[in-house]
Amino acid sequence: MPTKLIVNGNAVSVASGADTPLLWVLRDELGLTGTKYGCGMGLCGACTVHVDGDPVRSCSTPVAEVAAKKITTIEGLSPHGTHPLQRAWAAENVPQCGYCQAGQIMSAAALLASKKGKLTDAEIEEAMSGNLCRCGTYLRIRKAIHRAAGEV
Amino acid sequence: MDRRSFLKITSAAGAGLFVGVPAFGALKPATPQDFGAFVQIGADDVVTIWVSKSDMGQDVRTSLPMIVAEELDADWSRIKIRQAHFDAKFGRMGTGGSGSIRSMYKPLREAGAKARAMLVGAAAAKWNVPAAELEVANGVVTHAASKRSARFGELAEAAAKIEIKDAPPLKDPKHFKLIGSARKRLDCGDICCGKATYGIDVKVPGMLYAAVLRSPVFGGKVAKVDDTKAKAVSGVKHVVRTEAVGTDLPWNGVAVVATSTWAALKGRDALEVTWDEGPHAAESTESMRKQIAGAIDAGKVLLAKGDVEQALAGAAKKVEAEYEVPFVAHAAMEPLNATAHVTADGAELWVGTQFADWAARTAATWLGIKPEQVKVNVTMLGGGFGRRANPDFSLEAVQVSKAVGAPVKVQWTREDDMQHDYYRPASVHRISAGLDGENNVVAWHHRIAAPSIEAYFTPDSKIPEGSETGGVEDMPYIVPNHRADFALISSGVPRGWWRSVEYSINGFVINSFLDELAHASGRDPVELRLALIPKGFVQKFEDEKSPGRQWPYRSDRLRGVIELARDKAGWGKKMPVGRAQGFADCYSFLSYAAQVAEVSVGEDGMPKVHKVVCAIDCGTAVNPDGIRAQIEGAIVYGLSAALGQKITVEKGRVQQSNFHDFPLLTIGQMPEVEVHVVPSTEAPTGTGEPGLPPIAAAVTNAMFKLTGKRVRTLPLA
Repeated sequence: MPTKLIVNGNAVSVASGADTPLLWVLRDELGLTGTKYGCGMGLCGACTVHVDGDPVRSCSTPVAEVAAKKITTIEGLSPHGTHPLQRAWAAENVPQCGYCQAGQIMSAAALLASKKGKLTDAEIEEAMSGNLCRCGTYLRIRKAIHRAAGEV
Repeated sequence: MDRRSFLKITSAAGAGLFVGVPAFGALKPATPQDFGAFVQIGADDVVTIWVSKSDMGQDVRTSLPMIVAEELDADWSRIKIRQAHFDAKFGRMGTGGSGSIRSMYKPLREAGAKARAMLVGAAAAKWNVPAAELEVANGVVTHAASKRSARFGELAEAAAKIEIKDAPPLKDPKHFKLIGSARKRLDCGDICCGKATYGIDVKVPGMLYAAVLRSPVFGGKVAKVDDTKAKAVSGVKHVVRTEAVGTDLPWNGVAVVATSTWAALKGRDALEVTWDEGPHAAESTESMRKQIAGAIDAGKVLLAKGDVEQALAGAAKKVEAEYEVPFVAHAAMEPLNATAHVTADGAELWVGTQFADWAARTAATWLGIKPEQVKVNVTMLGGGFGRRANPDFSLEAVQVSKAVGAPVKVQWTREDDMQHDYYRPASVHRISAGLDGENNVVAWHHRIAAPSIEAYFTPDSKIPEGSETGGVEDMPYIVPNHRADFALISSGVPRGWWRSVEYSINGFVINSFLDELAHASGRDPVELRLALIPKGFVQKFEDEKSPGRQWPYRSDRLRGVIELARDKAGWGKKMPVGRAQGFADCYSFLSYAAQVAEVSVGEDGMPKVHKVVCAIDCGTAVNPDGIRAQIEGAIVYGLSAALGQKITVEKGRVQQSNFHDFPLLTIGQMPEVEVHVVPSTEAPTGTGEPGLPPIAAAVTNAMFKLTGKRVRTLPLA
């Protein structure tokens, strides 16, 4: 049975089975490969997307659970890649291998949306503690979030 | 097939695979002209630079083009990058050993200078003026006297036909504009929009998805397969075997091939496989420890300078300590994967590999075809750290594609990745040293016992210690009586190159022991190091192939980073209560690094690392911001391992499986990092690895100051 989703503002109907993790539906069926697979257990945050505005680990979310809900992926965060976080990521030259960065940005975007104005290091660390980066870009991620929070 | 039509085909097959720099605005399409293997220039002024090294986060996709653009005097805003596919014209494509900048600096400067000379030649001919009167800046050739100028794009077609007989002179470094300036990642925009293409993102027409169940025991084979339930899973198309090919592909397995990743994974879960567990089924971490205890005193002598035994016997004070480090996995963020398409004419691979040439060669050998018949498209790498050097994941995809007659992406899970790695070897080290009555170090005996990397790949090697003794045999701290022994331990666990290889271990062991010696002799650890490193020593290498011929070791450069880190960190200053500084240094991969870590210790005995000051001398700093990023990354990688990472073995199987039992450092554990790059005009050396070896000991040496307890076993947790 197809599942109806709203992905980046578009209504879509997907054929993947109800137990299929949202991650693989996005990647294999919808071709939205910006959302990454890292661990399959919600331990690393590489697969973070927004479901009705909240950050969710798509690797451990069956697609049936998000039927009819609004899903935003990195491709839908801003039309031209100009979200304040994307600009801040460029200004701080954050990425190394870059693989985890979509998940980092999506978690940070949810944080910025939930709390207006300046953030403390502790607030950033709490919100971002589930997003792992093997390359060690954490210092720049923190700086970039501060920079974007100052702009939003 | 000529190169242009080859490109057309590959870009059609892997649409969107190679991503250039966005935001050029609307430019007219133009046929770019070739200026040698690495440079193309189009009528639209776009300078395309081919990057022949794989990018796993070290950002060679920015730093290598900077080298070309510098000599070319190109307009940096008009640079476009293309990732080189496997082709002999690019030379060695292997990426590792912190060698990309080091090995490409000269050839890329020459490539840029040659292209510049061709453009100048074309302008000189066009205007009928002497080439010597022309100037080049920002992608424009100018003849000041006649007030004429032309953009690169206007000259490209004529310039591509100019022949340059003698290699043009290279710039005096004092005129560098790009090299030495902090440049941002050229592909940052793509990465932050989710548009960059990693191996996992590849999709080619007709592609199937596969998951492979590999023998849980190293060296095991498939005894029996019941695939009835697997084949009943919706979307599963085929179940085929994969076969081990020596150390190029150490795993025997069963592949489930399906119409989606999830179907392949579900199908794999439904497989019923009986394994012939083979000769390593009884191996465990404990059995290896026992083997080490019986072997460490009977190692092969690698180095015997002076008479260590006599010096130890006559020493006023003897200090001895034993250290142990575990196997560790690479755990790159992108789990391994490769896409292969084997056809009657050859094979094509899309893979995030560090060694496109090695991947091509092993595929060709297994298929019985020529390496030129294997096209390897190098994607972005979601981390490498040495793991993506090996061709196993490429070859496995080739086998599956051949078996099913379709393009196939083999996707590894995190668990697959962690349990089927080429691990950094575990090892035990014992050092005995003697001090004379005036606290001079007069004897140093370093014993190592380890299953080595070299012996894994070449079991009958005459130098099994080949990749284990860097920093030990050539230790920069000079002791009159110095001996080193190595005992080879047998193990079925595959071993490989993990970021900074043996220096990650030897850097910890030697720096810890230097701290023990400083404590035993009442000397300052930094002062002791400087006393043991002679001034003005230059080590040259006899072997013509040795990189040391071009980049000789200079003791003054090591002393320089030690003094710089000491001064910048305010070594010895009064620290707040509960905090202490620890020191370590290491010469590795021809670069020099020293670190001071500022640490406190929690009630659980675990350290909190507040700050790390790192001094690095890597010769000419091509992209200083990239260097900083590499040092930050190396510190995190080394600290993650020191704090909590170990791979243990039981019944021939790896016990860890995912990030819950193989933890990575989190953002809250990240120390502040302050990097000081030594200004230099020496030939550049790498920075991907040299920032790692000092970190563990810098932290544990600080912990000793706070607790009085010496950490001799890693990880801490």
